[in-house]
Amino acid sequence: MVADLIESIAKIVFVFSVNLGFFAPVLGWVERKQSAVMQDRIGANRADIFGFTAIGLFHSLADALKVLTKEDFIPTGANRFFHTLAPFICLVPAISTFVVIPFGGRYELFGHQVNLVIADLDVGILFVFALASLATYGVVLAGWSSRSNWSLLGGLRASAQMLSYEVAMGLTIIGVLIVYGSLRLTEIGALQENFFHWGIFLQPLGFVLFLTCAIAENKRVPFDMPEAESELVAGYFTEYSGLKFVMFWMAEFLEIVTISGIVTSLFFGAWHLPFVSDQELLSLFQFAGPNGAALLAMLVNVATFFAKVIFFIWLQMTIRWTLPRFRYDQVMRLCWKMLLPLSLINILITGLVVLVL
Amino acid sequence: MSDLMKDLHTEHMVINMGPSHPVTHGTVKFLVTLDGENIVDMKVDIGYLHRGFEKMCESGTWQQVIPYTDRLNYVSPLINNVGYALAVEKLIGIEVPERCQYLRVIACELSRIADHLTNVAAGGLELGAFTAFLYFVEARELVWDLIEMLCGARVTVNFVRIGGLKNDLPQGFQDKTRAVFKECRRLWNDVDKLLTKNRIFIDRVRNVGDISAEEAIAYGFTGPCLRACGIPYDVRKAQPYLVYDRMDFEVPIGETGDNFDKYLVRMEEIQQSMKIVEQALSQLPDGPINLDLPQYRMQPKEDIYHRIDSLIFHFKTVIDGIKPPPGEVYFAVEGANGELGFYLVSDGSGKPYKCRVRPPCFPLTAAMPRLMKGRLIADIVPTFDMINMIGGECDR
Repeated sequence: MVADLIESIAKIVFVFSVNLGFFAPVLGWVERKQSAVMQDRIGANRADIFGFTAIGLFHSLADALKVLTKEDFIPTGANRFFHTLAPFICLVPAISTFVVIPFGGRYELFGHQVNLVIADLDVGILFVFALASLATYGVVLAGWSSRSNWSLLGGLRASAQMLSYEVAMGLTIIGVLIVYGSLRLTEIGALQENFFHWGIFLQPLGFVLFLTCAIAENKRVPFDMPEAESELVAGYFTEYSGLKFVMFWMAEFLEIVTISGIVTSLFFGAWHLPFVSDQELLSLFQFAGPNGAALLAMLVNVATFFAKVIFFIWLQMTIRWTLPRFRYDQVMRLCWKMLLPLSLINILITGLVVLVL
Repeated sequence: MSDLMKDLHTEHMVINMGPSHPVTHGTVKFLVTLDGENIVDMKVDIGYLHRGFEKMCESGTWQQVIPYTDRLNYVSPLINNVGYALAVEKLIGIEVPERCQYLRVIACELSRIADHLTNVAAGGLELGAFTAFLYFVEARELVWDLIEMLCGARVTVNFVRIGGLKNDLPQGFQDKTRAVFKECRRLWNDVDKLLTKNRIFIDRVRNVGDISAEEAIAYGFTGPCLRACGIPYDVRKAQPYLVYDRMDFEVPIGETGDNFDKYLVRMEEIQQSMKIVEQALSQLPDGPINLDLPQYRMQPKEDIYHRIDSLIFHFKTVIDGIKPPPGEVYFAVEGANGELGFYLVSDGSGKPYKCRVRPPCFPLTAAMPRLMKGRLIADIVPTFDMINMIGGECDR
């Protein structure tokens, strides 16, 4: 009982410190540095502590200090309550989606079963979708409550875009669910132990569609219609400043991590190393005794998982800095006329193949 | 559904786009009436950068106008310099030495390259292609390095003089040009790969902001925007000035006049301008760069300090200004945006009686409502960029 409690707390602390303490600030740095590398620039390198710049890493710290000291501006005529509430509605789902994503497998440590996921829900993937659609409300509320035309337009775009892409995204993963026969992310992960059973090999079309939908859902370039800065100034968060603005910004970055986590879990073998089964991994660390072997295997798996996550973060950043922005109607057309039929075809083909085999 | 639509109370949203808005660089205001995302009506409100250029010109001597012209189209100031100087020279009835003419062509084309690079870069930036933007801004920086080498300044160049130039080519300019153009062509290829065949980019600019050739002429379009409609009108070919008739270059034209054609025309003109600069540098003759007419063009400082007649002319041209004969003149050059015309009136005194500029982007900006009515709000972005309205030139 106590061991369970300690295990849960440890996992929660781990996930939250990795997400909020590592990914959220470091992604701000990665975005700056990676774009700089792609664009022949040097990138952020001025914030320093006693002359040490740590290749620009201190900028995240400087950003944090800056937003904390900024005025919290609420426009006249705005709905103060909803204007304040909106960033929270955006941020909370972004933080909490990660609880159902397994970042490691099951291990026997000191006679205690350790399952490396905070909440092993049997409807795991549905929970992800439920929370993702909650975030839409935050965006729409932010757009509506700011009492600014730009925000309103951004909010309208966001609501239409995010709702549409949720439909397509939901359909793209049905193929995965058919193949693995489970909604539980830990089970889907465990079934990808064999390299050739990874989701990307069983569901190649599903993978491409899902990644596209996920980026669109996260409202990043090329799908950043709701905030399209050249058209709508900053879209739904035009009237936000200081900490509230950063909450939207953090929500976006955490969603990048979450998307990468889900893509890894569903399509990229979750925590598994390619060509190495769990049994082989354990026998590799035989020298450390049963507990030590389990511990080492766990570390390797967690590291593998986060390496894959970082790869997908990198991929999303590269896409963001390469492509120009769609137009609003083109985004909707892409969703309803291309991604949706394709995902239906994907379901059909997957169904037929599963039926025949 | 139709019943519902009837009862539902809807109204159009009137929104002020600008003067301080990311897309309205150059400071302009669009008063846009929106039905959802669709533009029902649009009014263009210009004048935010009005400085009274034409009136200011009347209070200085003819020579003192040149720094003001830098601030017309501040992206390609050398063309403005040259255009004004040529107009005054036509008024006086003089022609500058051949070497000076070649150098002016080089200066103009460098400016044109910088202008088109900026324009295409900004187009990429506004459509979210930030990387393409920075590639071309890097190329522009290199071209500006050349311009800085040539005349000591990057933006406010003040390089051309009536009857000559401020200085001759600096040492090593040819080698530097070769190096810069090599790099520019590399960056041009990068951007070409990033944008020209990019499906998202094409979708955003194709069939947006299109206009027929007749209508374009009726609006008074010139420059890349007119050529994108398929009219091969280029002042450099139509009424050759300087030594453009000795240059081998082509005038790219489009078909539909949409934003993609305007983009392609500008991309090709960058290449053609580089070709012109290279030809001009290889044909560059020796000789003086200034006219030997002390009543119009200052003598070298050497003479001014040592010869009394030069000193007198220097004093008279600085204090009174040069004195073109009374009369009026219109002279147009091919600016980066189109036909840049100067209409000058002289009453025989040392100051212009009237200095009127025909800015190429004024008619282009006037066509914005025609191009945008019935389109989506997002279409304003590429269209306004390809119009390339420059506040300094349009508002004066």
